[in-house]
Amino acid sequence: MVVGRIWRISGPLVIAEGMSGSMVYEVVRVGNEGLIGEIIGLEGDRAIIQVYEDTSGLTVGEKVEGTGNPLVAELGPGLIGAIYDGLQRPLTRLEEVAGSFIRRGISLPSLPRDKKWPFKPVVKAGDIVGPGDIIGVVQETSLIEHKIMIPPDVKGEVKWIAPEGDYTIEEKIITLKTSEGDKDLTMLQKWPVRKPRPYVRKIDPSELLVTGQRVLDYMFPLAKGGKAAIPGGFGTGKTVTLQQLAKWSDTHINIYVGCGERGNEMADALHSFRKLIEPRSGRPLMEKAVFIANTSNMPVAARETSVFIGVTIGEYFRDMGYNVLMVADSTSRWAEAMREISGRLEEMPGEEGFPAYLGSRLAEFYERSGRVETLGSPKRIGSLSIAGAVSPPGADFSEPVTQNTLRYVRVFWALDVALANRRHFPAINWLISYSLYVDAVAEWWRKTVKDDWKSLREEAMRILQKEAELIEIVRLVGTEALPEEDKLVLEVARMIREDFLQQNAFHEIDTYCPPLKAHYMMKSIIMFYRRGKEAIEMGVPVERIRKLPVREKIARMKEIPNEGFESQFTEIWNQINREFDELIKEVQISG
Amino acid sequence: MAEVERLLEKEFFIRETTGLTSARGSLLFVKSVPGVKYGEIVDVELESGERRLGQVIDVSREVTVIQVFGGVSEVNLTASRVRFKGETLKIPVSIDMLGRIFDGMARPIDGGPEIVPEDYMDIHGSPINPASRMPPSEFIETGISAIDGMNSLVRGQKLPIFSGSGLPHNRIAAQIVRQARVRGEGERFSVVFAAIGVTFDDARFFIENFRRTGAMERTIAFINTASDPVIERIAVPRVALTAAEFLAWRYDMHVLVILTDMTNYCEALRELSAAREEVPGRRGYPGYMYTDLATIYERAGRIWGKKGSVTQMPILTMPNDDITHPIPDLTGYITEGQLVLSRDLHRKGIYPPFDVLLSLSRLMKDGIGPGKTREDHRDVFMQLYAAYAEGLHARELSIIVGAESLSERERKYLTFADRFEREFIRQGEYERRTIEQTLDLAWELLAILPEEELKQIRSHIIKKYHPKYRKRKSEG
Repeated sequence: MVVGRIWRISGPLVIAEGMSGSMVYEVVRVGNEGLIGEIIGLEGDRAIIQVYEDTSGLTVGEKVEGTGNPLVAELGPGLIGAIYDGLQRPLTRLEEVAGSFIRRGISLPSLPRDKKWPFKPVVKAGDIVGPGDIIGVVQETSLIEHKIMIPPDVKGEVKWIAPEGDYTIEEKIITLKTSEGDKDLTMLQKWPVRKPRPYVRKIDPSELLVTGQRVLDYMFPLAKGGKAAIPGGFGTGKTVTLQQLAKWSDTHINIYVGCGERGNEMADALHSFRKLIEPRSGRPLMEKAVFIANTSNMPVAARETSVFIGVTIGEYFRDMGYNVLMVADSTSRWAEAMREISGRLEEMPGEEGFPAYLGSRLAEFYERSGRVETLGSPKRIGSLSIAGAVSPPGADFSEPVTQNTLRYVRVFWALDVALANRRHFPAINWLISYSLYVDAVAEWWRKTVKDDWKSLREEAMRILQKEAELIEIVRLVGTEALPEEDKLVLEVARMIREDFLQQNAFHEIDTYCPPLKAHYMMKSIIMFYRRGKEAIEMGVPVERIRKLPVREKIARMKEIPNEGFESQFTEIWNQINREFDELIKEVQISG
Repeated sequence: MAEVERLLEKEFFIRETTGLTSARGSLLFVKSVPGVKYGEIVDVELESGERRLGQVIDVSREVTVIQVFGGVSEVNLTASRVRFKGETLKIPVSIDMLGRIFDGMARPIDGGPEIVPEDYMDIHGSPINPASRMPPSEFIETGISAIDGMNSLVRGQKLPIFSGSGLPHNRIAAQIVRQARVRGEGERFSVVFAAIGVTFDDARFFIENFRRTGAMERTIAFINTASDPVIERIAVPRVALTAAEFLAWRYDMHVLVILTDMTNYCEALRELSAAREEVPGRRGYPGYMYTDLATIYERAGRIWGKKGSVTQMPILTMPNDDITHPIPDLTGYITEGQLVLSRDLHRKGIYPPFDVLLSLSRLMKDGIGPGKTREDHRDVFMQLYAAYAEGLHARELSIIVGAESLSERERKYLTFADRFEREFIRQGEYERRTIEQTLDLAWELLAILPEEELKQIRSHIIKKYHPKYRKRKSEG
């Protein structure tokens, strides 16, 4: 293995000499403490290394050892419920070893080596197996059956398979007869984090990723296997929205990457995931979650690895045929780390000091999402969806990270400072956000709610659009000067905003809204609007419509329990019809 | 500090060089000597015999770059010498520091004796393992309605005050120090106060205030005034937080850290970055300012199994009252919310002039509610926000189209907003309101609005707390 010497140290960047023979992206051990670093460039016999731990105290002349391997993620049973740092070191184990503060130079295996898992084989001796084939299963948590797969680069005939029983991830579970002789495999796989895991083909996403958040599911839907960006200034609710996504999405596995963000928020997320119950299965959310926590005061260079380790774990579960969601909070911090390293390398800066390769690096990340037909048998379809937060300086969306991200994502959830200041949450601006999956998921909605979601959504969007225009006029002439029909639009738009789009993440019922309930809610509002329009044509003043008692019922639809709500909605619809009928009758009699 | 130096000299092999090649800004470039460590502390000895501290910020086989605390004025390239001390920057810490005043490098400046150290601690600290962090959830009652009712502070939070020049942020900070307590326990905070590049008057205001109200005996103050070397400002907040962590994690104390003014810190950072000829980010501030600020602000929190806590309240003045300026912007991305002061309210004579719509406490949800404050707190504060926002919208409209063109609903909201500012936000500098008083006051104001407008409040809470029903109950 190559052994060189430190030549220069500048922050997280170390230059070592005597490194010829090493390769770019090779993992190296830096200094006497063996800090983990990665070669990011080579010049003659000098290697430029970004170090993933604090470099204070390093001395020129200390040794740098190559490992011959790129940075890999460890994959296998034990991932679920784990909390990792940006180098996939288990933080709970780290606490046992080193106490409450992060010390450097400690290496710990990512997956527990001593734990035994109940392995159940599904192939037998004599079977021919190839890349991605499932050879056995481990019930890792009550929610997740961990499928043990043949790694993507191996194939052969099963010579021996372990009988059902408990095994550690390092024990042999299968022997294959391959063209290069016999090969033993364990449940542990390693995969280079910067290399996408292979699949047979990509399939167009068509199923809604149900998040239980009305403004997302109903107005700007994300499909399973899709990618979304959620940019917003501070205080606009990025983290809360992403946490809601990670909590309530109807996926099998959720991976939460806290990249350069707040320690207390990470602690809060960890805490609530232990406490909260998954609505569909009644099990703790932790049984389907993987955490990667690299807080803002942890080493900068490890922000990049935290994102790539997250996405690699995501692909691994996707390959088992699961629907996986990865949320990354925040990709801007990763971009800033790139800028810092690039500045120290004295590279030619692009826009606002970010390196010119910012866009391609973001693309490498987002392009790893998708709905795919996986390798191996049995034939299965898995998906990896990615939602990344962006933290634009000064909440200005024209900055390079937001703009480069928008080139690759298909859903844009724009968080708005003005809405957040009015405490309209989620503060997603309905005028500038978009989703390119609306047509793709229309069929899903039709099947689920047995009704025309798309046209109701469009009508709601039209009303909101019209409101924005009317507000301009109201600014000049006041509300009272508007024609009755426009006043009704303002009234209904307010209902859509307050009674539908606003959703309280901390309300016991409202925190999750099933798609059918969302649809009934919107149906109630649109029904109110259509009947209102009819009433106005008959000469009913808006003032009377505004005072209808059913308004109060509509305003409290959010509090209706998430199960068995049909009858309550039928009642609301009946009441709307009854009250409007009476109103119209009254006007006709007096007229 | 002399104590420290003696100890260090005894313990470590000292290396020395006179090979100074250039000096500019606060940076000194010297020929490398073997064994220099990245980040280690050096002593720069001038021809006059004066010594200054410095830190290695870049080292290669040929050149070592040293950042000199105190600047490089009077450094002579031929007659000055640099001694490498083999250690990163550490300060002596002791429980006896309470009640004392120090300069930015932890040297006593109150005329008292030197501190007998219990320990030496690295001023950079170590990051808390995210898995060891306990989510902060204990409500701190500051006695100020705009904070307690609308933007509650909890133990272990970092909540900055975004102010502007000439606004009363110092008076508010002093009031918080005076009044802050955890309900039920009556327990007071220890205070670590760091003045970063402030004027002499500002520093004196705090010290006098602490002395007069008896807060001084539970306070450690670190003062770096505007006339002290700029470069020392980089160290002050870290020195202060090291002392705070010592009290919190070693002595189980609840520590409130006030850092003022973080704008001066960022200016110093920019100056330093320019001297190092780094590629500038937004408005000339270095691209790593977010990370640098995070290494300060993230040193707050609670830890499982430890009794103490570190709560931070940094104060910064927004240049030109611009909240999108990099300093407040990056701060807001790291801290758990912000308390913003409004020049408009200040002009109207409202103290404390909190702009509640721009203010936010992210950890509030965990610190309020039954058992912590009161069961109606969450609904009430959300309703206050919504109603005040609506009221300001109505006020804006009335300015353009006149109050008579407003609808009846809009007029009610307008009245609400006016009274909210005059009665809820405004209070005396020495007035302490309990959370119950704050919430009852809120209900009185919410009663101005029609009941069906109170959409943020759950029905059973309305029935229990709305003055209309309360009166009826007391009548019946």
